[in-house]
Amino acid sequence: MAATQEEIVKGLAEIVNEIAGIPEEDVQLDKSFTDDLDVDSLSMVEVVVAAEERFDVKIPDDDVKTLKTVGDAVTYIAEHQG
Amino acid sequence: MPAKIKPAQGSPYARVLGVGGYRPTRVVPNEEILKHIESSDEWIRSRSGIATRHWAGPDETVTEMTLHAAGKAIADAGLAPEQVDAVIISTVSHFKQTPSVATEIAHRLGTGKAAAFDISAACAGFGYGLTIAKGLVVEGSARYVLVVGVERLSDLTDLTDRSTAFLFGDGAGAVIVGPSQEPAIGPTVWGSEGDKHETITQTLPWDVYRDGGRPEKYPAIRQEGQTVFRWAVFEMAKVAQEALEVAGISAEDLDVFIPHQANMRIIDSMVKTLKLPEHVTVARDVETTGNTSAASIPLAMERLLATGQARSGDTALVIGFGAGLVYAATVVTLP
Ligand SMILES: CC(C)(COP(=O)(O)OP(=O)(O)OC[C@H]1O[C@@H](n2cnc3c(N)ncnc32)[C@H](O)[C@@H]1OP(=O)(O)O)[C@@H](O)C(=O)NCCC(=O)NCCS
Repeated sequence: MAATQEEIVKGLAEIVNEIAGIPEEDVQLDKSFTDDLDVDSLSMVEVVVAAEERFDVKIPDDDVKTLKTVGDAVTYIAEHQG
Repeated sequence: MPAKIKPAQGSPYARVLGVGGYRPTRVVPNEEILKHIESSDEWIRSRSGIATRHWAGPDETVTEMTLHAAGKAIADAGLAPEQVDAVIISTVSHFKQTPSVATEIAHRLGTGKAAAFDISAACAGFGYGLTIAKGLVVEGSARYVLVVGVERLSDLTDLTDRSTAFLFGDGAGAVIVGPSQEPAIGPTVWGSEGDKHETITQTLPWDVYRDGGRPEKYPAIRQEGQTVFRWAVFEMAKVAQEALEVAGISAEDLDVFIPHQANMRIIDSMVKTLKLPEHVTVARDVETTGNTSAASIPLAMERLLATGQARSGDTALVIGFGAGLVYAATVVTLP
């Protein structure tokens, strides 16, 4: 069953916490991964890989660069999850 | 009925008997790299964990570096050179196609008439060579096999390429593989993913020069960094896990983890994914050695043993991966 927006945000927050050590409550829709959450380009790849597994989506390398904020990622996952 | 062919007499198992390394004398700090690319020491350290690397001088050729490393490995194994009866050299940076560099090495080491050949498996070259060596020892075509990973990647580095200029280093790492009464090298999990052959590649083939081309830049290694990073952290952790499983070794049983020294971030990620316990010593040689491709695993192995971070008899998981893309992982008992 497809995850709801709320579930995606929560899941992403857990992933970001696991990979970058950022408190889950800081992971909000308007936050930029690199500027606000200390997720650099390589941690972002790890976040994407973890999100792919968790939400059953494929996020190609070219699309990763378009995911600037948590909101971008949530929208992408909601639209592409299988 | 065909005539009966008598098979060779092999050993029940094989093991790594000795290890040796050579690092070029010139140490190149990040500051020197910054003369050529727009970057910073902080960026290089945070994205790769690399602080310094060794670059070979004119006299530190592939052959000379190999002779140093191999001599140490032979001595470490307690052998005389003439006992070595096969020499396998893995390199992508020996610029003379034929004869193989292995023949000159076999001769100059004083092995007599050891079988000698080069292999090309990039950063998985050590695991490929080890697997071939194990097969030779067990099957009986050789008793003691010298396996060397050696690179002068500085010769194949475009100093103005931001995604590779800081990454590569030079050096040689060697092991001796020989007979054993106990299993001491696990099954190899290896393979290739040629659909990704463009993700790490030499920019131009050598024959551009023959065909009258005068390329602005000498051929170098270029890569799609993020694609390779993703493959390494995601797919290679699975391969490492599989190598443990087929060897019947749990993470708890493991003493040492020696992944190919490509990037500290890849190493950290693998350690996390594999859920390696605290007691496992992890090779982090990349910090001062950079990525030396086929040489990286034996170089790291030698350093861990020399500094007492690992001990003879320890159980180590090794995994190499790189251009091809190719990979090879196995569990070994350290010499
Ligand atoms: C090479 C590697 C460190 C590059 O990191 P990356 O995060 O993928 O780099 P990108 O090219 O995506 O660039 C990310 C950002 O850093 C910047 N950047 C790239 N190279 C830089 C450098 N050398 N110095 C400073 N900044 C750099 C980019 O301009 C970009 O900035 P922007 O987001 O503001 O546009 C990384 O991809 C890597 O190590 N991959 C694995 C490679 C490997 O191990 N290969 C060998 C396997 S055998």
